[in-house]
Amino acid sequence: MAIEVNGQSFETDEEGYLANLSDWNLELAGAMAKEDGCDLTDNHWEVVNFLREYYDEYQIAPAVRVLTKAIGKRLGKEKGNSKYLYELFPYGPAKQACKYAGLPKPTGCV
Amino acid sequence: MSEEANQSSGQVKQFLYVNRRAPHGSNYAQEGLEVALIGAAFEQDVVMAYVDDGVFQLKSQQDTSDIGTKNFGATYGALGDYDVQTIYVEKESLEMRGLTEDDLMPLVYEDEDDDWEEKPMINIVSACQLAEIIDQSDVVLNF
Repeated sequence: MAIEVNGQSFETDEEGYLANLSDWNLELAGAMAKEDGCDLTDNHWEVVNFLREYYDEYQIAPAVRVLTKAIGKRLGKEKGNSKYLYELFPYGPAKQACKYAGLPKPTGCV
Repeated sequence: MSEEANQSSGQVKQFLYVNRRAPHGSNYAQEGLEVALIGAAFEQDVVMAYVDDGVFQLKSQQDTSDIGTKNFGATYGALGDYDVQTIYVEKESLEMRGLTEDDLMPLVYEDEDDDWEEKPMINIVSACQLAEIIDQSDVVLNF
């Protein structure tokens, strides 16, 4: 599978996750979200950017429980809870946000 | 494993992951670490042990750029985020390889019950102590 942005084609796996981490850019993230009918707001970007930083440091995408806890610590309790994160990413916060962040599916995600 | 399953059997089982192989010559180390993280994500009570060449997995400043594989050494730093709090490293294995605790990554977890204070995860234990730890674990998985 592939996703097209500005006439350029980027390889993805069968679930739409980017095959090459290094292909990622802001426009591509927006295009992947649009395919899911989702407009990325600043609140979405906060989570997407957090995931990219986490991957950069630990070389894995965190499981949803780990993400929720870490977001709470970084951005405050009103954002570090399932309700807030599921409202932003209804298909599952870790799963969906990782996709837009160009990361593989989270470790501990089935 | 669901919480209900754990509760119906009376108590949470303790899973001990015993890692015996050097990190980058085979897939065992990376796979073992991933399985442990997945288990921990599903709220298994996970304890890690490193013996034999497995102690090299925790060596600080690993660099795989010359062999073209992913440097998953950084991923051990995420164990604490997954609520893993205890890592046992066998003293004899370190000594035999000319290593000390100072050669290992300073892995920590944040103690939620103690104002998120960072606490060290690595415990150096003798072969005898490790034998007892293995004996007392409910489930032992070897990688």
